[in-house]
Amino acid sequence: MKISVIITLKKEVLDPQGKIIQQTLDGMGFNNINEVRQGKYFEINTKENDPHKAKDQVEVMCKKLLANLVIEDYKIIDVQ
Amino acid sequence: MIVNEQVAIDHGLKKEEYIKICELLKRTPNITELGIFSAMWNEHCSYKSSRLHLKKLPTKGKQVIQGPGENAGVVDIGDNDAIVFKIESHNHPSFIEPYQGAATGVGGIMRDIFTMGARPIANLNSLHFGSPQNKKTKNLLRGVVHGIGGYGNCMGVPTIAGQTNFDSSYNGNILVNAMTLGLVKKDKIFYSKAAGLNKPVIYVGSKTGRDGIHGASMASASFDEKIEEKKPTVQVGDPFTEKLLLEACLELMAGDSIIAIQDMGAAGLTSSSIEMASKGNLGIEINLNKVPCRETKMTPYEIMLSESQERMLIVLEKGKEEKAKKIFDKWNLDFAIIGKTTNSKKIELFFDNKQVTDIPINTLVENSPMYDRKWKKAKLPKKNKIKKEDLKNLKIMDVLKKVLSNPNVCSKEWIWRQYDHTVMGDTIQKPGGDSGVVRVHGSDKAVAASVDSSAVYCWAHPLTGGKQVVCESFRNLISVGAEPIAITNCLNFGSPENEDNMGEFVECVQGIGEAAKYLKFPVVSGNVSFYNQTKEVGIKPTPSIGGVGLIKDYKKMITMDFKEVDNIVLVIGKTEGHIDQSLFARNILDEKNGPPPEVNLFNEKNNGETLLKLIDAGHIKSAHDVSIGGIITAVAKMCIKGNKGINLKKPKYLINEIEYYFAEDQGRYIIEVSNDRLKKVADILNKNAVHYDELGTINDGQLFINEKSKITIDELKTSNTNWLKDYMNK
Amino acid sequence: MKSSVITFPGSNCDRDMDVALKKFGFKNKMVWHNDAELPKSDLVVLPGGFSYGDYLRCGSMASKTKIMKSVVNFANSGGIVMGICNGFQILVETGLVPGVLLRNKYLEFICKNVFVKIINNNNAFFKNIDIEVLEFHIAHNEGNYFCTNDQLKEIEDNEQIAINYCDKNGNTEEQFNPNGSIKNIAGIFNKQKNVLGMMPHPERMIDPFLSGEDGSLFFSNLINNLK
Repeated sequence: MKISVIITLKKEVLDPQGKIIQQTLDGMGFNNINEVRQGKYFEINTKENDPHKAKDQVEVMCKKLLANLVIEDYKIIDVQ
Repeated sequence: MIVNEQVAIDHGLKKEEYIKICELLKRTPNITELGIFSAMWNEHCSYKSSRLHLKKLPTKGKQVIQGPGENAGVVDIGDNDAIVFKIESHNHPSFIEPYQGAATGVGGIMRDIFTMGARPIANLNSLHFGSPQNKKTKNLLRGVVHGIGGYGNCMGVPTIAGQTNFDSSYNGNILVNAMTLGLVKKDKIFYSKAAGLNKPVIYVGSKTGRDGIHGASMASASFDEKIEEKKPTVQVGDPFTEKLLLEACLELMAGDSIIAIQDMGAAGLTSSSIEMASKGNLGIEINLNKVPCRETKMTPYEIMLSESQERMLIVLEKGKEEKAKKIFDKWNLDFAIIGKTTNSKKIELFFDNKQVTDIPINTLVENSPMYDRKWKKAKLPKKNKIKKEDLKNLKIMDVLKKVLSNPNVCSKEWIWRQYDHTVMGDTIQKPGGDSGVVRVHGSDKAVAASVDSSAVYCWAHPLTGGKQVVCESFRNLISVGAEPIAITNCLNFGSPENEDNMGEFVECVQGIGEAAKYLKFPVVSGNVSFYNQTKEVGIKPTPSIGGVGLIKDYKKMITMDFKEVDNIVLVIGKTEGHIDQSLFARNILDEKNGPPPEVNLFNEKNNGETLLKLIDAGHIKSAHDVSIGGIITAVAKMCIKGNKGINLKKPKYLINEIEYYFAEDQGRYIIEVSNDRLKKVADILNKNAVHYDELGTINDGQLFINEKSKITIDELKTSNTNWLKDYMNK
Repeated sequence: MKSSVITFPGSNCDRDMDVALKKFGFKNKMVWHNDAELPKSDLVVLPGGFSYGDYLRCGSMASKTKIMKSVVNFANSGGIVMGICNGFQILVETGLVPGVLLRNKYLEFICKNVFVKIINNNNAFFKNIDIEVLEFHIAHNEGNYFCTNDQLKEIEDNEQIAINYCDKNGNTEEQFNPNGSIKNIAGIFNKQKNVLGMMPHPERMIDPFLSGEDGSLFFSNLINNLK
């Protein structure tokens, strides 16, 4: 199975990169942007064939390694 | 929200403290006010458990321009130049989120320095991790090192020295102490004391978000098992914005617009506004709707307690607002006039046209609690009897290899290679020596700095340990040819509410004070970090001492690498054979009891000052202080650095070689002298009543002892350099 | 000889470069990223540092600044341009030199002395340097040079490789490669050889008390070549 995960900084946590990207885009003439947030995207290919089990497994991975829940949120966006 | 005793307790206040607040206000505080009190009265901001003892530290000296009480200490280095420096802890955030915790620690200490008008010129750090076998240690180490590098490298400030130690007492509570030195003109130092009425109060830097609300309270609470679920209080650092803030502040400081400036560190807007008003004996009025916010619907409580990074508060001369705004606009930073100074001697906050806070400032500062905590005096442990037959079976070269590869002795190159240590083009002694050295840009002067701790000695006997760590700092500066000027201390201890931990604190501080006074090496800044413990167990008492010294002519700087074959190597200071608490005793004999080596302050001073004279006269080719691992470890490191060998002679006294070579007696240095200067050097040492032994002669590739046992320098190097690299890459 | 050093927000080797250029006789001006015009210059330098915090991709946002339009025009009309470290990353992002700079192979920032071998000395930067191997200093996190096979062939065919990482004897085996760069590449030229991007910092090697003196050799030679 292939599971796709997106990890972003929590909404209330400062995203320095997003902030500067927005400023630069603004300077380039894209003036109608409210906010840019940058995140990480993972594709995890697992031998597990049961989608529920695979999803649960990735959930644990997110909690234990991929995301630091102090500052980040994760979202499993696709399981196939 | 209704405020009551339980809400106060949830804010980390004690019941008695809450009652005192109500008495002082003659009413119940509202939630914003309670938040302000809890931030100002917690250990981190109020020093309520430590103040009484810190008062005893010597803080004055002929070169001291500013002692404790400001953002950082300031010392005079001549020619209208001054050095601003301080060390600070960021222990708890670094354990929860090592990268961001360490990064924001570095960011915070640099802000303390440039707040005073100084351009940061060097960073140092003192790190303590749990045992290498602890499964968390490796990731914490990697995260912290990346975080320090990530922030310091981006700022373009070289990281020139540091230390990293491992001990299981830090398994659940690592220590991350960051130190920065800045350079300023003596007549352009900025302070946090506000002055004058109706002066505009300006907010600059990043916007305020809900970051680290109550971070200062977290720093004052010990870790329980659930700490990793204890979410919110870690901030994300933005070194880029800080770099802009640095340049913008220095640009504004070049003019005469600023009356007072204070960075928003722990307890953010609360402590910065209150400190400025308090020092100026003024009141302050702030309209919280004017504070630039990153998030919507932030409450007064959140705005006041946010610990968003990279922000400053400035009291400006009237009429300079436009000029100042222009500078911050240029650097793309927020700039807002949020209030003014008043004569009310109160902090008055307004939000949505309503007054939300009305507190007399003296209740927050002068009337903050001060405790004389109970503490236990430590006994000096009895000396161990080391059985001679235990030593006889040991092969000295095997022991040496083990010692050199010990995690606390081995080369930390894996760490400092990741720090930019050469940016700014003035680093003349890189990490890995006794002290880091940077030139004072464009002059003949250089500044040396080192950071030290000896938790094992402090744990065995806090009073001796406290003295020892100051002496070690003194020696590290002298070893590079720098005249020691002053120190900054970061006092990392367990809970002040535990009598043993409090005793460790009191006696370490006493030891630091005694040594600092005797050596004329005053304490000009620092911070206290209590509650470093997991469950009920405190860490080993760990004062980190940052020392700063001056080299008047940088061309006279000394390094520790052996320079030339046939030169003579001496050890200055008497070797008594003190083995207890040595690295050798603890790790080779597995003997963890006994007293630490005695500290003789007269010898420390006399030996150190005499060596400085020798260096100044150009008699010394290389020098290195003797610390953990004893004479032979020091000599081996000098061999490795210089890629030279040495023929060590049989010691004249202390028949047992192991005791002679691995003892950790204090006040000693290894020096290299050329043959033609030997007599002169011996005369000067004798004249000053400094004991010395001749150790041997430098050769081109092997370390011999007594012409019998030998080892190649490559082998020594391998033992010394591989441990950390292998550990991290495994 | 007149030089200009561009300061971007987050540049932090701009002062070091200014000190070095002046030490070897350049009349140097610092130019702010938001300026539209370059002062009249014989040499333009994009210094090291972390322009825009290295956010998104190193150099990406600096490449979109006002001044870079003028720098590109200056380069396209034959002006001598040098990008060091972050400056190299900016050059790559503007397309003045080919390729990209990835994160170091071992995922760590590296600060140390390295040796580099001069591959092409038929240009304003290295002409008349009569030794083959220089000791330079690197300090970067993203210096792992990468390009496609087609690009590499083109670069090699046009002799655009400037310097390669090597040992002190000039051996360019993989083991002397600190960051995983393709073919040990430490610096490259544009096709015309008037633009040089390189990771090492010669400005940190201009004094025997610093990391070494091969930077002195580089700068004193450069000013002579430009005269």
